[in-house]
Amino acid sequence: MSRIDKRFAECKAAGRPALVTYVMAGDPDLATSQAIMECLPQAGSDIIEFGMPFSDPMADGVAIQLGGQRALAGGMTLRGVLGMVEDFRRKDETTPIVLMGYYNPIYIFGVDKFIAAALDAGVDGLIVVDLPPEEDDELCIPALKAGLNFIRLTTPTTDDKRLPAVLKNTSGFVYYVSMNGVTGAVIKSRGAVGEAVERIKTHTDLPVAVGFGIKTAEDAAEIGKHADGIVVGTVLVDAVAKTLVDGKATEKTVAAVRDLVADLASGVKRARG
Amino acid sequence: MDTTGINSLRNGPDEEGRFGIYGGRFVAETLMPLVLDLEREYRAAKVDPEYLSELKSLNTHYTGRPSPLYFAERLTQHLGGAKVWFKREELNHTGSHKINNCLGQILLAKRMGKTRVIAETGAGQHGVATATVCAKFDLPCVVFMGATDVERQMPNVLRMKMLGAEVRPVTAGAGTLKDAMNEALRDWVTNVDSTYYLIGTAAGPHPYPEMVRDFQSIIGIELKEQFQAAEGKLPDAVVACVGGGSNAIGTFHAFLDDPSVKIYGAEAGGHGIDVENGHAASMTGGRAGVLHGNRTYLLQDNAGQILEGHSISAGLDYPGVGPEHSFLHDSKRVTYAPITDTEALEAFQLCTRLEGIIPALESAHGLAQLMKIAPTMGKDQSIVLCLSGRGDKDVESVGKYLGLL
Repeated sequence: MSRIDKRFAECKAAGRPALVTYVMAGDPDLATSQAIMECLPQAGSDIIEFGMPFSDPMADGVAIQLGGQRALAGGMTLRGVLGMVEDFRRKDETTPIVLMGYYNPIYIFGVDKFIAAALDAGVDGLIVVDLPPEEDDELCIPALKAGLNFIRLTTPTTDDKRLPAVLKNTSGFVYYVSMNGVTGAVIKSRGAVGEAVERIKTHTDLPVAVGFGIKTAEDAAEIGKHADGIVVGTVLVDAVAKTLVDGKATEKTVAAVRDLVADLASGVKRARG
Repeated sequence: MDTTGINSLRNGPDEEGRFGIYGGRFVAETLMPLVLDLEREYRAAKVDPEYLSELKSLNTHYTGRPSPLYFAERLTQHLGGAKVWFKREELNHTGSHKINNCLGQILLAKRMGKTRVIAETGAGQHGVATATVCAKFDLPCVVFMGATDVERQMPNVLRMKMLGAEVRPVTAGAGTLKDAMNEALRDWVTNVDSTYYLIGTAAGPHPYPEMVRDFQSIIGIELKEQFQAAEGKLPDAVVACVGGGSNAIGTFHAFLDDPSVKIYGAEAGGHGIDVENGHAASMTGGRAGVLHGNRTYLLQDNAGQILEGHSISAGLDYPGVGPEHSFLHDSKRVTYAPITDTEALEAFQLCTRLEGIIPALESAHGLAQLMKIAPTMGKDQSIVLCLSGRGDKDVESVGKYLGLL
C-alpha cells in the first residue's frame, strides 16, 4: 500500500474527502518554499502536490505560470525540487508527495535517472500534464514498474469509451479536471462535476479527486460531497504572490498559505456533514 | 500519397505520429480526444473526392496555383555558379505559402462542424492567411501573436484586423511565436468543443505535422514538374528557410527519395550560433526535447527549460522545429545550416536590387544559404529556392536596420 493509498483510506475512514494542496517548488525562493511545504500537513493538507516549474506551462493559468517564473528566476531546477522533497521527508514520513509538471525537464534529466532520484527523495507519485496514455511508454510504464504512482488527469472530454484507456495505467488516484480550461479558471456547473465523478467511479475503484477552479472552503465543501479528494492550487500560488514585496517573500508569505489551507481544510471537513 | 518503398524517407509518420523518435502526441488529456478526432477526419478527407476537388479548385482559382518557377537570371550572373531558380510562393494570394495549408485545414474545420478558429502567428503571414480563409468561410477568427511581433510586423496586424480577425497580443516571455503558441493552446483547451486550432507550421501534436506537410507538399510536386518541363531533368539542389519548417518540408518532400537532389535548410542564426540565446537555430544549436505536442530539436538550457532564441525574422523566431525536419537532420538527408541576421539582410537587398523581388526576411535566409552554395556548383547545374513569402511586411523593419528611416 503506497502512502497515497493509505492516506485516502484514512480520509475515507474519517468520512471526508482528502485535501490535496498544490504549491510551486521554489516559489518565490527555496527557503520560503521549503517553509510553505513544511507547514502544509499541520494546516490540514492531506497530500502535497509539488509543482515542478517549467518555462512553458501550456495547461496552466496566469497564477501558476507566474509562480513557475518566480521559481525559475530563483534558480529552481528539477534537481532542486527533489532536494526539497528529500529535506521534507526527513521531518515527515507520512504525507504523500506528488510531483506535478511537464515532461521536458524530466526527459532532459533522464527518465530512469529521474525515477530513481524521485524514489530516493521520497516522492510518491507523478502527474505529468503532457503525457496522455498514448505516450505511456515514455515515463508512465517505467515509473509504475519502479513503484511510483502515476496519476492521470481525466477531463470532461474524456468520454466513457476513452475512460478505460485513460484509467488503465493510472494508480494512486484519478485526477478529474473539473472543466475544459486551464488551472484557476471558473467552474461553470458544480452539478456536472458531481455527475462526472459518479461516472468515473463506475469505471474504477481508485479514489477520484477533483481539481481546477476550486478556490474557497465553500467550493471544497460542495465539490467534496461527491469527490474523494479536492485539489487546490491556483489560490495558494496567488496567496504567495499577494504577499510579495518587490518579488521577495515577506513574513506574511508562509502564514498566508497556512491560513488559507486551514480554511480549506474546514471546508473539506464539512463536505459530508 | 505515392507508393513508397520500405527504405523511403517519405514513409513517416508511423501510427503513433512518429518520424523516427520525433513527433508524437504530447498534449493534455483535454485535447487528446480532439486530436484523435482530427486524425480520423483527416484520414477520411484525404480520400474523399469531393474534399479533394474543392481544395484543388480553391488552390487554382483562389490562391492562383500553380505558382511560377522563375529563372533568376541576374542573380545567376552575379553569383557566377549554378543557375538560380525561384519557386514563387510569394505570388500566392495573401503573399506566402501559408494559404496552401489554411485552405486545407479550413475545409476540415467545416467538415468537423467547428464554429470558431484560432491560430498562432509569428511574422503574421499565417495569421493573415488564416484570417483570409475565415473571412471567406464566415468563421470567427482569433489570432495569437507575440507582442514583440505585433510591433515588428504591423502591416500584417492591420491586414488581419481588416479581414475581421481579432488579434490578441501575447506579452508572456519574449512576446514571440513560442508564447503565441502557448496562449493558443490555452485557448484551445478552454474552448475545445467549438474551436478548431489551425496550426500554421508542420509541428505540434500528430496529425498536424503530417497534415500541414501534405497541404504544403504541393510546392515540391509542382516544382518537380515545372523543372522537368523547363530543363528536362531534376534540379541539383533545393533550398528553403526553416522556422517551424512548413515551406521547407513542402518543398523537400517530393525530392526526399531522389538522391541526386541535394537539399538544404536555412535556420535562423540570429546574432550568430555562438551567442547564447542569440539565435533560433534549433537543430544546429539545440537538442531533442518535448514542447507544443511533439518531440523535436529545441533550444533549451541544461535543465530542460525552453529558451526564447532570437531572429530578425519573426517567422523563424521559434525555439523548435517540425519533427520531420529533426528526423531528416539526424538521417543527414537534409543539410541544415544557420544564417545570421546580417547575411539575411544582405540577401534581402541583393534580391530586391537584382531581381526586383522583395522577399520576406524568412525567405531571405534561404536565399543567403543559396548564395553560399550556388557559386560552388557548376554552371550547368541548377539550384531552386522556395521563395516562400513576399517582403512588404518587412520593409519598415529592414528600413530601420539600414538607417533609411
